[in-house]
Amino acid sequence: MSLLEIRNVSKIYGELKALDNINLKVEDGEWLAIMGPSGSGKSTMMNIIGCMDKPSMGEVLLDGKDISKESEKNLTSIRRDKIGLIFQQFHLVSYMSAVENVMLSQYYHSMPDEKEALEALERVGLKERAKHLPSQLSGGEQQRVCVARALINHPEIILADEPTGNLDEANENIVIDIFRQLHKEGTTLIVVTHDPEVGEVAERMIRLEHGRIISDVKNENFRG
Amino acid sequence: MNNKRTKMFLKMITSSLIRRRSRMIIALLAIVVGATILSGLVTIYYDVPRQMGAQFRNYGANMIFTASGEEPLTQENVEKGISYIPKNELVGYTPYRYETVRINEQPVLVAGTDIKGTEATSPYWYINGNRPTANGQVLVGKNVANLLGVKVGSTVEIHYYDNEAEKSDDDIDLGTTMFVTGILETGSSEEDYLYMSLADLAEITEKVGSYNVVEISVSTSGANLEKYIERIDSNVEGVKARLIKRVTSSEGAVLTKLQSLVFIVTAVILVLTMICVATTMTAVIAERRKEIGLRKALGASNSSIVGEFMGEGLLLGGIGGILGSVLGFVFAEIVSVNVFSSSITFRPLILVISVVVSVIVTGAACLIPIKSATEIDPALILKGE
Ligand SMILES: Nc1ncnc2c1ncn2[C@@H]1O[C@H](COP(=O)(O)OP(=O)(O)OP(=O)(O)O)[C@@H](O)[C@H]1O
Ligand SMILES: [Mg+2]
Repeated sequence: MSLLEIRNVSKIYGELKALDNINLKVEDGEWLAIMGPSGSGKSTMMNIIGCMDKPSMGEVLLDGKDISKESEKNLTSIRRDKIGLIFQQFHLVSYMSAVENVMLSQYYHSMPDEKEALEALERVGLKERAKHLPSQLSGGEQQRVCVARALINHPEIILADEPTGNLDEANENIVIDIFRQLHKEGTTLIVVTHDPEVGEVAERMIRLEHGRIISDVKNENFRG
Repeated sequence: MNNKRTKMFLKMITSSLIRRRSRMIIALLAIVVGATILSGLVTIYYDVPRQMGAQFRNYGANMIFTASGEEPLTQENVEKGISYIPKNELVGYTPYRYETVRINEQPVLVAGTDIKGTEATSPYWYINGNRPTANGQVLVGKNVANLLGVKVGSTVEIHYYDNEAEKSDDDIDLGTTMFVTGILETGSSEEDYLYMSLADLAEITEKVGSYNVVEISVSTSGANLEKYIERIDSNVEGVKARLIKRVTSSEGAVLTKLQSLVFIVTAVILVLTMICVATTMTAVIAERRKEIGLRKALGASNSSIVGEFMGEGLLLGGIGGILGSVLGFVFAEIVSVNVFSSSITFRPLILVISVVVSVIVTGAACLIPIKSATEIDPALILKGE
């Protein structure tokens, strides 16, 4: 059984098919990159996988369980337990320090634990900056805090939408290195990106266009 | 709730208030003003009856004793009657003995009284000059002064005839010369009398007479007065107690009007506070849409979103309520000192109530804005700015 299986999923906004009959299986521990031009439906797909939206048609099986018809309340609790999210615009709570932002994710999941949160920041190389507010951190550092926040609850899947879109080369490499490590530890990664460099380091890459998957390839040069 | 979660919760709501203070300060100000007015006005509301009572007694005594039946009104039975009024409520009492004398061959009404005592029972007397302070001095009512043509500093010669009929040209009567220390103006019948001490009157008339009337000032409500009067009438021989109705009933009417005014003003202020808090909270929620979306994306349930924002609102309401209640007490004290020239009674219960009301009003004002926060879609944060 695949960790995630998308069956005949469409998402329709009026006339527009943002997703058009998508079929996709993602195995446990896989590192998948989703690429495609702007408006091709990447974020729409992320929203559906991340339990923040429901498809107009089709089924989405997470751990073999169909989530496409769950109530908003149940989707919230599934998201809380199984998904870690990373966004292009970082989205940290501005009045909370780095470590508090990480603890926020623990707070909604189970139990805030400062020691664990600091360990997560250490993993992304930010232990020294734990008490800083987001406004006192660089963009790259903010994104690393988001990564720490996404992995703190040991989610089954980490979903990242353009995680390096606002980062320079150096910070992009730091984030990619963290992804490599997570992959090694067996975390399933789904990364949406425009950037071929970020796409090419993934184990498998699919390409979307007009809401359809037009290619699905294994990376021959994947170095794990 | 678990300890660590509670700690995180408190940390979140306090740091939200502290680190985003510029926005919250407006809501806080509204709550402080609301709570100030609430606690201030309510304090005055409860203190006014006491204050007003004291004020109205400045307009005269509120009880009188007269003789009942055959018994004359003597010092002894007056004291007996007075003993039925609690000591702490008795402001003062003044006996009056009336006689008719002749001055310049004109009949003049004399009131023998405890001149010093009139300060308590007739504080409204306007005296041109001074009250007599020693024997041989008189205070002259304005009408009498006009009739006799006397001024402050004049002397008057007083003649007394025990029985007017006995008076004959043969009597050699040198009269008693007395010094006028003041002219009394009240705008009513008091101006028709000449006031002197009871001792002087006893000397002039050559007898210690009984009192005609005793004026009493009691610091209490109309209902209590009626109660005392009933007790005095049934227990004290020779004393008929009566209420001076005019003053006490107007006291009640003014109080009722004042209190309903206070009530209306307080209600209006609370509604305004609520509108201001609701407006600020709506703006705050709009401003924090992204943050709310993020919290939901991280797995916050609607009830935890409600809890967090309500927590912030109630904390704000509590802080504002405490500040405002204390300020309100200060405000009431200032008003009281300036208007009634006396200190306000501190009532801790009013403080507690106004803090609780501030919290409730803030909570109610937050309901609708917070409801809209729960409707924010977590997916919005995956969309670009
Ligand atoms: N809530 C919505 N209502 C109507 N149309 C929408 C909505 N959300 C997305 N769309 C449309 O669906 C299509 C796919 O949008 P989506 O956000 O998934 O694109 P994307 O591939 O993430 O693009 P980008 O790379 O620019 O982020 C777009 O044409 C978009 O306009
Ligand atoms: Mg997108």
